[in-house]
Amino acid sequence: MPFAVECRDLRKTYDGKVQAVRGLSLGIGAGECFGLLGPNGAGKTTTIEILEGLLQPTSGEVTILGRTWQENPRELREWLGISLQETRLSEKLMVRETIELFASFYRQPSSADEVLRELQLAEKADAWVGKLSGGQRQRLAVATALVGNPKVLFLDEPTTGLDPQSRRQLWDIIRGFQRKGGTVLLTTHYMDEAERLCDRLAIVDHGQIIAEGTPSDLIARLGGHHVVEFEVSGNSTRDGAMDHWRELPGVEAVRHDDGLVSLTVREPHLTIPALLAAVEQLGRVLQHLTTRQASLEDVFVRLTGRHLRED
Amino acid sequence: MMNIGQTTPQMGEIPTRLAPPANGRWTGFTHLVMARLKELKREPEVIFWVFVFPLLLALGLGIAFRKKPADVISIAIVNGPRAQQALDLLQRSAQKSAIHPNLLSQAQAARGFRLGKYDLVVEVRDGNTIHYLFDPSRPESLLAKAQVDDALQTAAGRQNPLPTSTAISSEPGSRYIDFLIPGLIGMNVMNAAMWGIGFAIVEMRQRKLLKRLVATPMRRSDFLAALASSRLLLMITEVALLLGFGVLVFHMRVVGSLLTILLIGAVGALGFAGIGLLTASRAQKIESVSGLINVVMMPMWIFSGVFFSYERFPTVIQPLIKILPLTALNDALRASILEGSPFAAQTGRLLVLVIWGGVSFGFALKWFRWT
Repeated sequence: MPFAVECRDLRKTYDGKVQAVRGLSLGIGAGECFGLLGPNGAGKTTTIEILEGLLQPTSGEVTILGRTWQENPRELREWLGISLQETRLSEKLMVRETIELFASFYRQPSSADEVLRELQLAEKADAWVGKLSGGQRQRLAVATALVGNPKVLFLDEPTTGLDPQSRRQLWDIIRGFQRKGGTVLLTTHYMDEAERLCDRLAIVDHGQIIAEGTPSDLIARLGGHHVVEFEVSGNSTRDGAMDHWRELPGVEAVRHDDGLVSLTVREPHLTIPALLAAVEQLGRVLQHLTTRQASLEDVFVRLTGRHLRED
Repeated sequence: MMNIGQTTPQMGEIPTRLAPPANGRWTGFTHLVMARLKELKREPEVIFWVFVFPLLLALGLGIAFRKKPADVISIAIVNGPRAQQALDLLQRSAQKSAIHPNLLSQAQAARGFRLGKYDLVVEVRDGNTIHYLFDPSRPESLLAKAQVDDALQTAAGRQNPLPTSTAISSEPGSRYIDFLIPGLIGMNVMNAAMWGIGFAIVEMRQRKLLKRLVATPMRRSDFLAALASSRLLLMITEVALLLGFGVLVFHMRVVGSLLTILLIGAVGALGFAGIGLLTASRAQKIESVSGLINVVMMPMWIFSGVFFSYERFPTVIQPLIKILPLTALNDALRASILEGSPFAAQTGRLLVLVIWGGVSFGFALKWFRWT
């Protein structure tokens, strides 16, 4: 399958000091929804803006639909739909006027009515942009990206700060674009968004990709399948105790967080009986025990030792 | 104008060439101009500062500095047996409308004069001697004495030995309001271009709207041309409004042709648009560009002869004043509006504007940041 978006060894250094992107390579297949997942400041926005041709990389190559920004900027602008992080569109223009303005820049735009309907903005067509809710504004931002009939859609944190319902609406819109054969690259720091929306994703930290694959693949490979979390009386994380937990059968990794111990395990039916026996043997009392499916959060914590949403 | 997309991309398809255009070459430009004008129209502050404020300024200053009709002289006539004679004489005199007599008792008259209520006290004494009480340190008192004496003597039959003739010079064209209106037009063209271009661009940059726009196939030159065009359209309205106001309210006479005036206005607007673009080329925050715009405009408000003639400044700095763009614009506007000087005669002044605008525009393009 040919790559719709490809970059090799991308590097970006600001003012000769801050290394925002440090040797990042990725390939996105045509028709794929690809996610860049990472905490704030990981270099996601810098990466996507280099791919969008809005930032000049310090070094590295970008190819989109077989073209480069140096040689075919005009074609690429026609074929790309872009939604930046936090663009404030003119508040005194109506929704329809805004969409028509963006449509006027493209050779073969969609009709404004069609886009309004698709993005569930038809009711707000004659409302001023300044009067829209956060979710409506975000849909309008995506509408301005879709109205040019793009082949590739770049979305930088499209759902940040939105309520759950608005987020699901946007997910539906992105899936709809993908169903029609479009290629999507989005950045996010929401785990559930990446898991549900993306065919493949790359976890980015400190300007580098630290893991890449399908969401289930990443979870299976790096997170284990299950997480067992528990708490026992006394100090469950004291040096000696931690060794006990690590030696339990089927345990792949041990973390503790304020008295709560998390075990990453492949087979909970083997680990849990052993855990109960070990607790009894140590003369402790189990105060809390849950098991859950591993998530991308677990993958991220496993890889970086930090949570995604904290800085 | 807009079509529904003809094909949806297929999985794995890599496009080979651009679709044939459904939008024309100027569709984007037209939409940009319309969007800009709509935004301005929907912004009440803009309407006020661009259209209403200059009119209020013209009205206020025009009234404050208007040539007042000669003040009526208020005098006291001391009530006595012969007071009526003086009143009759005044009634018959040519200056009767300029002199307002008040018949009062001696004490009242003296008191009113002391308080400045009356400029002169007239008393007709025995033997028809007219006695004047006046204060030579008060100009209006001096004037009143001369006027009243002249009125009474002439009415009583005095013949002037020398024939005289007079002409009045307060025709439209030489009044303060005539000087002021072209200056206000020039200042307004400068203000509007600097704010309308400079401030607007930085605001769009701060909102990341500039970045969003250059992420589309929009031609960057179209964007700048659209800003300049909307400015020109507004300039025409502003000039028409201020001139019309001068003509209707202050009976100002516009000697030059409207076309010449508008052409000069257009050169001015484009020149200042270039300077506005330069001030906006790098600034990331509206606060910093506001300061910059004021720094650029401040010297011109003072030196370029908006409210008073720059001839009052020392001769040494006159050449410097004359190369300021607003000085050139104001001089060209005054020459055209007040004297009917043709467009061709303004070449030197217009060249000053073109050079300022062109050089600024060149540097602006070099330094400009879209993101």
